[in-house]
Amino acid sequence: MSLAKEPQLVLSRPAVKSALRTREMLWGYFFIGPVVIGLLIFTIIPIFASLVLSFSNWDGSSEIKFIGLHNFFQMFSDKVYIKALKVTTFYTVVTVPITIILSVVVAVLLNRKMRGRDVYRLIFFLPSVTMPVAIAVVWKWMYNGSNGLINFLLSTVGIDGPNWITDERFILMSVMIIAVWAGIGYNMIILLSGLQGIPDTYYEAASLDGATGWQRFVNITVPLLTPAIFFVMVTSLIGAFQVFDLVFMLTPQATGGGAGGVLQDATRTAVYSIYQNGFTWFKIGYASAQAWVLFVIIFLITMAQMYLQKRWVHYE
Amino acid sequence: MAGEKGTGIATRIFIHFILVLGALSMLLPFFWMITTSLKTYTDSVQIPPVWFPKHPDFTWYPKIFQQVPFGRFYLNTIWVTVGRAVPQVIFCSMAAYGFARLRFPGRSVIFICILAILMVPSQVLLIPQYFEMVRFHWVDTYKALIIPGIFSAYGTFLLRQFFMTLPKELEEAAVIDGCNPWTIFWRIMLPLTVPALAALTFFVVLWSWNDFIWPLVVTNDEAMRVLSVGINSLQGVYTSQQPLLMAGAVMATIPLLIFFIVLQKFVIKGITFSGIKG
Repeated sequence: MSLAKEPQLVLSRPAVKSALRTREMLWGYFFIGPVVIGLLIFTIIPIFASLVLSFSNWDGSSEIKFIGLHNFFQMFSDKVYIKALKVTTFYTVVTVPITIILSVVVAVLLNRKMRGRDVYRLIFFLPSVTMPVAIAVVWKWMYNGSNGLINFLLSTVGIDGPNWITDERFILMSVMIIAVWAGIGYNMIILLSGLQGIPDTYYEAASLDGATGWQRFVNITVPLLTPAIFFVMVTSLIGAFQVFDLVFMLTPQATGGGAGGVLQDATRTAVYSIYQNGFTWFKIGYASAQAWVLFVIIFLITMAQMYLQKRWVHYE
Repeated sequence: MAGEKGTGIATRIFIHFILVLGALSMLLPFFWMITTSLKTYTDSVQIPPVWFPKHPDFTWYPKIFQQVPFGRFYLNTIWVTVGRAVPQVIFCSMAAYGFARLRFPGRSVIFICILAILMVPSQVLLIPQYFEMVRFHWVDTYKALIIPGIFSAYGTFLLRQFFMTLPKELEEAAVIDGCNPWTIFWRIMLPLTVPALAALTFFVVLWSWNDFIWPLVVTNDEAMRVLSVGINSLQGVYTSQQPLLMAGAVMATIPLLIFFIVLQKFVIKGITFSGIKG
């Protein structure tokens, strides 16, 4: 209801009015047309295709046969898939809280007038703008068991470091360390903007009342930062459940049953499993069903967080 | 902003100590990437490590262009990134303007569909999109790398929210003067949207440049590889030539870093306005 239209509406006869309406309608379709058509072809049709395929046992080339809910039942007894869900959950439950805690620490420390603040902020944000494969390549080299920088640094303090990425007991941890390292910067930016929204007067009043720095942090900063922490938590959990790039790049792509098999079992996440089923083993139907199950898991976790937020998120 | 008045000198030193430690661990991999790319092979495998190469070896950079089609990977990545980013920003801002300002039947239903798309994770789309490319005979072509990456529900939503915050009075004079919606969009609205467009452009470029799983799936031909897939495939072949890999990683990172530093102000504002995932 734009105000600008009103004079015209008063002056014009119904025929003119409806001509104007038609014109605006055509302009409207013109403006939204490219995006709507593109999304229809490349997003909406694939979504429905994926749903249909998840009820089939298609292998990518032969005729599609529908097998009802078989794919979904199969997941419950598929040890490889259940292991993948466990790996994903473990990855999420460890990396998300650690990343958030470290991000809060960095954000709080940087939220003060100090020299070099912008430089620090840039440094912590660097991994967020770095190509994941570049991150993977350099970390892999640092993780190298015999010539790697990390084991050298550990040896200077007397620790005999493991074969980080060729030992199935350590490879997942190696990926998780990179994920924390790479994830701090983005969260820090969101948390910093949350911190900047806390009025100085609160701190001043608390200081007058004799609150210590720690008391101010616990009673003012933390509660008023909870909306930003909540946001960061929701996006981090969604991202962690979808982890793929780093895991894939750090895991050897073994052909046959070599050591790669053991390493793949140790790092296979939910998305990795979808990729393997779809593009290595050509179990298209099963892979589609896994994708939908992952979507439902992520959706339920997000909804649960939305529901639980009123217990701990403090909105002013 | 918590003032520094109340903080004692010991606390301040402690804070700087933590921050310096954090910054060093952030920078260490980048430092290692750059110095390794400048080491001779012998220096690169030394233990204890060579921190600063005494005789920097610059030959790995030209070597990577000779040993693998790195130049091709580079041009492919640039082409894919530009090919996705330019149309995406134009189409998304058009659609956003349409949804924010024009009235037409079906507007809210279509907009709700776009919001619903935002919830569907990309893994659900991956497999059917791939078979769509097979059906279109687009596998191993730029079309597959570029076209499905153009249309974004996210960009549309983001810019629409931004347009909604602009006061309508801005366009009124133009409407009374009889300007058509295209003129209003192009001459009045877009110039006001520059900060949001800059932020969206940066993120589209970031995602396209770093995209991995989609180019991995839709290209087999080495000549069609982008940097991320190309460098990843080098990993297996050139394990013994770490400096070569590092030279590739450095070159893949630098353009985006410069781009980020240029647009930094808008990017930070964009993240805090919308929480775009970096």
